[in-house]
Amino acid sequence: MKYAAKRIAMLLLTMVIVSLLAFVAFDLISGDPATAMLGTEATPEKVAALREQLGLDRPLLVRYGEWLLGFFTGNLGVSYSYRQPVWDLIAPKVLVTLCLSGLTFVLIVVVSIPLGLRSARSSGGVLDGARTMVNQLCMAVPPFFTGILLSWLFSTLLKWFVHGKFPSLTEDFGGAVKYLFFAALALAIPRIAMTVRMLRSTVQGEMQKDYVRTAISRGNDRGGVLYRHVLKNALVPVVTFLAQTMAEIVASSIVVEQVFAIPGLGRMLVTSISNRDYPTVQAIVVILAFWVVLAGTVADLINQRIDPRLRLGGAA
Amino acid sequence: MKKAKLNGYLKAGLILTAILTVLIILGFFWTPYDPEAMMTGPKLQGPTWQHLMGTDKFGRDIFSRVLRGAGSTFTIAASVVAIGAVCGTAVGALTGYFGGMVDETLMRLNDALTAFPSILLALVIISILGPGKKYNVIVALGLVFIPSFARVTRTAFAALRDVNYVKSVRLMGASNGRILLVHILPNTMSVLLPAITIGFNNAVLAEASMSFLGIGVTPPDASLGYMLSEAQGMFVAAPWYALGTGITIVLLVFGVGLIGEGLQRRNGEVA
Repeated sequence: MKYAAKRIAMLLLTMVIVSLLAFVAFDLISGDPATAMLGTEATPEKVAALREQLGLDRPLLVRYGEWLLGFFTGNLGVSYSYRQPVWDLIAPKVLVTLCLSGLTFVLIVVVSIPLGLRSARSSGGVLDGARTMVNQLCMAVPPFFTGILLSWLFSTLLKWFVHGKFPSLTEDFGGAVKYLFFAALALAIPRIAMTVRMLRSTVQGEMQKDYVRTAISRGNDRGGVLYRHVLKNALVPVVTFLAQTMAEIVASSIVVEQVFAIPGLGRMLVTSISNRDYPTVQAIVVILAFWVVLAGTVADLINQRIDPRLRLGGAA
Repeated sequence: MKKAKLNGYLKAGLILTAILTVLIILGFFWTPYDPEAMMTGPKLQGPTWQHLMGTDKFGRDIFSRVLRGAGSTFTIAASVVAIGAVCGTAVGALTGYFGGMVDETLMRLNDALTAFPSILLALVIISILGPGKKYNVIVALGLVFIPSFARVTRTAFAALRDVNYVKSVRLMGASNGRILLVHILPNTMSVLLPAITIGFNNAVLAEASMSFLGIGVTPPDASLGYMLSEAQGMFVAAPWYALGTGITIVLLVFGVGLIGEGLQRRNGEVA
């Protein structure tokens, strides 16, 4: 319990640092948004009035505190380009990206763990070489290229979904998930290849250890030893790896959302960067960062359940 | 270092990468057509001997465009890896060799940074520097790639800091600079080289993704990523555009990935 409390405190601290950095960085570079928003109509009086209206005349730390609270109260400032509250703009998109990442993650876990264990049990020979080649090839395919091919195959050719017409999550959940599935597939392929490779080398490394030899020499069969003993020990690095996978999914989904025209956070981020809409960029970056840090924390907490040694502060 | 022995993966990877590199270098000086010239042939024509990868809807020769784009992607990825590897190795060498407080602080910072996906960080830096410029892409990605190299080399330098041969050289009066560069650095190659191949591939994919989104390299500079986003719009009319461009990226990453796999196997890291 103490470990969990410490880990969660660290999570909060990291988030405060990340959000402060994001806030200060964008505050420094964005120049004066009031002047930018008014454009050619800017007069000193109008600028001063708008600055007051946007709350830009107050000290940096006060504004940071208010902005941070905004993640709980829903007040994240006003988007420069849409002139709408940032919260209203991104709230529906958070859900879409959440579904896409979740779906991809499930796909990766369900496919790669059985596949990784299977490939760990056999090694060497021609088959092994072929498998490594396929593995490397899958890792080399960028998700946005697979995305283009998949959306052509399933949308244009097979008409299983209509590209560009994303059903609303609240109105047609099934349809939306079906649409997201194809994007998730494009995202998952290279990560599945990486997870399989990682799992394979971890399990094989573990199989070389003394306790495995002992277990086998006492008459246990290889399969049983693999599932009862090795898997438990091999799981810790795999869980850590899967947390990194979550981070990578979030990053690649930025591109894949663009390919499949999915109205998610990633697409919003790209548009906002092009428009130099800093309040929106700021909020999205912090939300995505929170996601990544949260995944890492959850992985650590799971690991210390699996391996009690970690609770004493030892290294994995 | 052990006597260099080539295994199958290393051989296949080197051959594939060598072929692509020759084509890319050729593309800097000569392309079958001017990559930007319109109406070099019929519009939207499939692959023929005149146009190896066909033409797009403006009648531009896709093979020439792919060559030019691959050149630009290759240059960016190489520069990014150069920045990342040189700065990262410098940081890793100093912190790993000297240790102490600076080491601790830098490594904690490093842990925090490497937890973030590289594209996300690069996008933040790009949005600060300004989107759509080639040099900004190199700077943004270069900065993002430093921590991972620093982490890898730090471990190697820390491990070699107190081995006997380094102690002997130190007793013989060699300066720290000489020990680091002449005596330790060559021995870290077995971890540095695979890290470079992985870094190169990540850089290619990151640059292509950013250009695909329109915030990396934008016209008039050529880029495979931007071309793919163009090609998606005309996939039904000219599938060879997307295929030619996409497969070029895949082959580039595949070749370098095989070299990395081969290097790792030679070091006995993968069973």
